[in-house]
Amino acid sequence: MSLLPDFALVLFLLMAAVWTVAARDRRDSVIGFIVVGLLLSLAWIRLNSVDVALTEAAVGGGATGLLLLRACARLGPIETEGAHPQLPLRILTGVLCAVVAAALATIVLFPIEPAPTLAPAAAAHMSELGLGNPVTVVLLAYRAIDTLLEKVVLVLALIGVWALTPDLLWGGAPGSLRAQQSSGPLTFLAQVLPPVGIVIGVYLIWNGADRPGGTFQGGTVLAAMWLLVMMADLREPPEIRLHKLRQLVVFGPVVFLVAGFAGFWIANGFLSYPPDFAKPIIVLVEAALALSIAVILGMLVAGPAARAPR
Amino acid sequence: MTPAAYTATEGGALLVVAIVLPVIGMLAIFALGLRRAERIAYLVLPGGLLVALAIAADVARSGAAVTYVLGGWQPPLGIALRADGLSVTLMVLTAVVLCAVGLVARGSFSTPTDKAEARSPMVFWTLILGLWCALNTVFLGQDLFNLFVALELLTFSAVPLVCLDGRRETLQAALRYLLFALIGSVLYLMGAALLYGAYGTLDLAGLRLLARNDLATSVALGLMIAGLMAKAALFPLHLWLPPAHAGAPAAASAVLSALVVKAPFFIILRLWFDVAPQPANAMAAQMLAWLGIASILFCSVMALRQARLKLMIAYSTVAQLGYLFLMFPLAMASDAPTAWESVGWTGGVLQLVSHALAKASMFLAAGLIAEALGHDRIENLDGAMSVVPISVAAFGLAGLSLMGLPPSGGFVAKLMLLTAATETANWWIAAAILMGGILAASYVFRVLNRAMAAPSSNFACKASIPLYRELTVLGLAICAVVLGFVPLQPFAFLGIGRVGLP
Amino acid sequence: MISSTALYGLCAAGLVAIGLYGLVLHPTPLRKVIAFNLLGSGTFIFFGVAARRGAAAGLLADPVPQAMVITGIVVAFAATAVAVALLLRLAESGGSTLDPGAPDPQDDRPS
Repeated sequence: MSLLPDFALVLFLLMAAVWTVAARDRRDSVIGFIVVGLLLSLAWIRLNSVDVALTEAAVGGGATGLLLLRACARLGPIETEGAHPQLPLRILTGVLCAVVAAALATIVLFPIEPAPTLAPAAAAHMSELGLGNPVTVVLLAYRAIDTLLEKVVLVLALIGVWALTPDLLWGGAPGSLRAQQSSGPLTFLAQVLPPVGIVIGVYLIWNGADRPGGTFQGGTVLAAMWLLVMMADLREPPEIRLHKLRQLVVFGPVVFLVAGFAGFWIANGFLSYPPDFAKPIIVLVEAALALSIAVILGMLVAGPAARAPR
Repeated sequence: MTPAAYTATEGGALLVVAIVLPVIGMLAIFALGLRRAERIAYLVLPGGLLVALAIAADVARSGAAVTYVLGGWQPPLGIALRADGLSVTLMVLTAVVLCAVGLVARGSFSTPTDKAEARSPMVFWTLILGLWCALNTVFLGQDLFNLFVALELLTFSAVPLVCLDGRRETLQAALRYLLFALIGSVLYLMGAALLYGAYGTLDLAGLRLLARNDLATSVALGLMIAGLMAKAALFPLHLWLPPAHAGAPAAASAVLSALVVKAPFFIILRLWFDVAPQPANAMAAQMLAWLGIASILFCSVMALRQARLKLMIAYSTVAQLGYLFLMFPLAMASDAPTAWESVGWTGGVLQLVSHALAKASMFLAAGLIAEALGHDRIENLDGAMSVVPISVAAFGLAGLSLMGLPPSGGFVAKLMLLTAATETANWWIAAAILMGGILAASYVFRVLNRAMAAPSSNFACKASIPLYRELTVLGLAICAVVLGFVPLQPFAFLGIGRVGLP
Repeated sequence: MISSTALYGLCAAGLVAIGLYGLVLHPTPLRKVIAFNLLGSGTFIFFGVAARRGAAAGLLADPVPQAMVITGIVVAFAATAVAVALLLRLAESGGSTLDPGAPDPQDDRPS
């Protein structure tokens, strides 16, 4: 196959990245970053990693982009621009970065042959578990502990964001997510899209067991729908002291933990699944995780509480 | 050339409990919004200590590492947990320090009785438990990506602790800390990606068998160690540490200085002695030692110049961390058959442990002194001795370890490092150890001098400190002193599980 | 002729260099956070190259590094969220605004 599209993609990607770093205005920079995110998703498809492409589009470009755009709007003109670094420092950093890039480039240009891989090992056990998507199997079976701990990272991040609430406002709701000017189209979208989005999200989670898709992608689509509703001002973000909200946040990790400990009795230890029930357990864990991820991502974008509890 | 499979040992399931128990406590505090977050923490803290002791006893009894293979999936596809002599030592250390900090923090982070939940207690206790999960995972994980996740857990638990009181300086310190930690993580992850591309495994034992001495491996290890250096605050990447550790509430500072910065160093040890193709690069070892020397000298002088007690202690942390990096050339030049049978390696590990105990005690003592006096200006510490005598005593005892005076763990550690340095003719290292001791003595005595002075006429005590808090702090300092009675030779216990990896 | 994986590897090296440069030199925290995300994306592509090269046993790419990248992307997002919340709070705190509820343990006034 011709490499021409790949050359073009890489060229655009690097140009967008340079723009992102070099742009004078921070809003331009964020837009550059969102473009990088979209191009990266394409690159991931070219690398035959559709699951990563979906995650990159949903989380890397989408949710991060939204977060950064909000930050731009909230920062307003008051952000104090620090002094720009001196020329010698810039040259020194440039040289350092060039050296790192040159070393990395040499390594990728002269790779080990044949390429080492765990694909055969991963494929060998897939039928035992009855799942069709190898990435899901790695995330929820072979390396489930990493996925579990990464959920803990998300909960900790949420606590870290909430920790920035001023004491007097603790327990209250994050500031409104409304866009600056209320717009008819946004409200319309927020009324029409969520049902569709929820269907897509559920489909991605359900499908993730066998085909590309899965928890994060599904969870992010759910989160995106919720954020859309909040941005159109149809719903306010919930108060952070609400028990129901807290329970939704920990629901996924708790189900995962329960499934993990159940392995001591029904299989051969922590996070192992009995062959006959592996698929239903994994799908259940994924669904629970997706729900929690949707809530956590939404609340992470919403930020710390900005209003006193009612 | 596949490595032998890990075989799960009998008590292996305890390793899972060590990692997951704090998570359960953390989620419970978060979800239940109970009247008192600290109550759940007080259930988990002793429980975790018992688990750590049980694992240590298991390792000591069997004389072999305790292993668990998660989900039954063998590495490199799956992930194994493994507790060797070094990891259980650090796990017990972590549990002891956290329990002590938990006791002392009761005074500062109890939920007010009129509220269902308050911000700082909820955040403090959940993050302390998150930290514990992260540290145990760092000590037990045998997979470089698993260790990456553990490092992220550590960052996300540690950073918000820095700005718990919401003052502008602490927010700034937290942001700077976060950025340094993120650079560190990303460099580490880049190295992991290169290693996976070169070997198709991130399992430590597997990498040890396969490691070649080529460009990809050197660059990967270089990136990872550079990233970990930023997290461990080795000179000149230490700039984030003093404001962060000084700005955090004392109980959090104690954990950050005693334990959190040790985790990236522990991973450097793993990479250097367990993964890197042997013999390791002599020039890299010398460079790490030189940066360590720079840390010791530069930051000890900085500590001497601080007006604030907590900032002084924070600079002292960077200086004391510098000693850890001296072990690389010393262990290499030693004629012991393995690194962990060398005096230099043992001295470094002992320094890690005794500094953790001493520094936790010192930060907690500083916190109590500041609570009692209402400030922590070194100039005006007079009268401290009359209000919180036990805390001042603890500060002095902990100071012994920093100075390297007997009897203290710090003395034995520094003596071992000094012996190794003279034996291997590393005269610069020997000189730096001696010089660092003199500087540490100057900054510790500067504080003690003021604290023991008679109170000035307008002296007022701001708060009275319950005895149990002071005694806990003293207990930690005494632990650091007791370490001074260990024999001056490599310990067999630290080497358990390290000879002939699986 | 260069292989497609090598091409994406070079792309990753470029992203790393650009991100690192921005992260070290940009004076404002928001721009540093954006640069950190570029640096992270470059790092992930290295895993992607390893995955693509490791296609075997009927799989189009090695699933293990793909799973690692998915975990990494989510962690990077969480890091961005915490960093953004911090820098917004810092910007809002403006001059020397103290948190009304928080005591100042390092009180500067002589006692």
